[in-house]
Amino acid sequence: MQHSTTYIVGFSVVVCVVCALFVASAEVSLRPLKELNARLDKQKNILSVAGLMQPGEDLDAEEIRVLFENSIQPRMIDLSTGEEDISIDPSSFDQRAAARDPERSRRAPPNPSKVLRVPNHALIYEVVENDEIISVIIPIEGYGLWSVLYGYLALAPDMRTILGITYYDQKETAGLGGEVENPNWKAKWVGRKAFDERGRVKIAVRKGPAGTAEEDPYGVDGLSGATITSRGVTNMLQFWLGGEGFGPYLSRLRDANAGA
Amino acid sequence: MATTQRDVLLDPLINNNPVAFQVLGLCSALAVTTKMSTAFVMTLAVMAVTALSNTAISSIRNWIPPSIRIIVQLTIIASLVIITDQVLQAFVYDISKQLTVFVGLIITNCIIMGRAEAFAMQNPPGLSFIDGLGNGIGYGAVLMAVAFMRELFGSGKVFGITVFPLATEGGWYQPNGLMLLAPAAFFLIGCLIWGLRSWKPEQIEEDFHVGALLEPGHEGSVR
Repeated sequence: MQHSTTYIVGFSVVVCVVCALFVASAEVSLRPLKELNARLDKQKNILSVAGLMQPGEDLDAEEIRVLFENSIQPRMIDLSTGEEDISIDPSSFDQRAAARDPERSRRAPPNPSKVLRVPNHALIYEVVENDEIISVIIPIEGYGLWSVLYGYLALAPDMRTILGITYYDQKETAGLGGEVENPNWKAKWVGRKAFDERGRVKIAVRKGPAGTAEEDPYGVDGLSGATITSRGVTNMLQFWLGGEGFGPYLSRLRDANAGA
Repeated sequence: MATTQRDVLLDPLINNNPVAFQVLGLCSALAVTTKMSTAFVMTLAVMAVTALSNTAISSIRNWIPPSIRIIVQLTIIASLVIITDQVLQAFVYDISKQLTVFVGLIITNCIIMGRAEAFAMQNPPGLSFIDGLGNGIGYGAVLMAVAFMRELFGSGKVFGITVFPLATEGGWYQPNGLMLLAPAAFFLIGCLIWGLRSWKPEQIEEDFHVGALLEPGHEGSVR
């Protein structure tokens, strides 16, 4: 059967329009659910890094929301001064978008973590219990082997001791670098020191086992078979805890605590 | 060619398995088989896409101009894959995070194009739906078998439940790291094909000629 050109063009237009309608309606009707999922996943990670949710514990959406609202206080921080900036609404802040916007970010100096741009502001979370800050949670990101790893680090009020680490978005090799999500490995971070007495960033992922927190306060077991991902974790902590990242903010809190 | 519904559904499981016999769809079979839960969701996604794309293409097969049939098939398949991806993101967020790009890559899975071109273009929608389902199950059966071996020997687990307690967690099993890397899936699929062809010698190609790969419409029938 021979078809005219008009028929062929008309047919393809109809197919495209029908397909586009299906795709668009799926996207629009499922968007609220997807946004809810992404937000819940982030909140879950923040709660678990703060130690408010145990690994393997399964809370439903409502429980997570209540727990999050009751115990977590979001704050906007000006990264260069380390001061809080209340002019920005934390609920609508998107750090990845801010880091891409030349108006709201600056170029990062060359660094092994391959962070290209640093946002001017960052969203951090304080864990509050009985009006007392028991932990500060900062976002971290940096290159591993295949992908950028996005996660959170929780520090104790002394701003030196690590309370937890978590990654919520990474595409490292499952079973090797992907073990950054292994609860047993994450548990090894608890109690290690991120900074030495003089405030220098000392934490590093070792190659091989690191010993207990008393023996090696600045080291964490390396992930076997994932040297580059392990190195990436060290690099991103060095960067985000350092002067280009949250250094000014953390040292301000440290000084405030020392003075108190 | 199989004509009864039963044959159309069951043929792709063993006699004409898309992975083991036609050797299609290997890339995703390597990528998503480190865990059974991801392999299972991938199986469901591929089943949904093959079945629905076969149905859709078959129901308009008499109107598709032959000169643009491949691009029409692709448009329909791509739309279905996007919708599947959206549904996974909305309802099984954790698993869709682990499947990452491989859901999107269902578009390039030769099984789907192959069935659309080889079956749905010549058969009525009902039978095409069953054929799509059957091929999805055939693909999934191989995926699940490979994922079972890889998860069991690579992480000591089945569907995330510990079977062999790992040495790193106080057990006795030293996991085989190779199982977690893509080449392991190659070895396993190779062994599977070997086993299948020893059992059913009629599946062995008598004469393989590379030219057949290049002929349009024959991607799925290299013998």
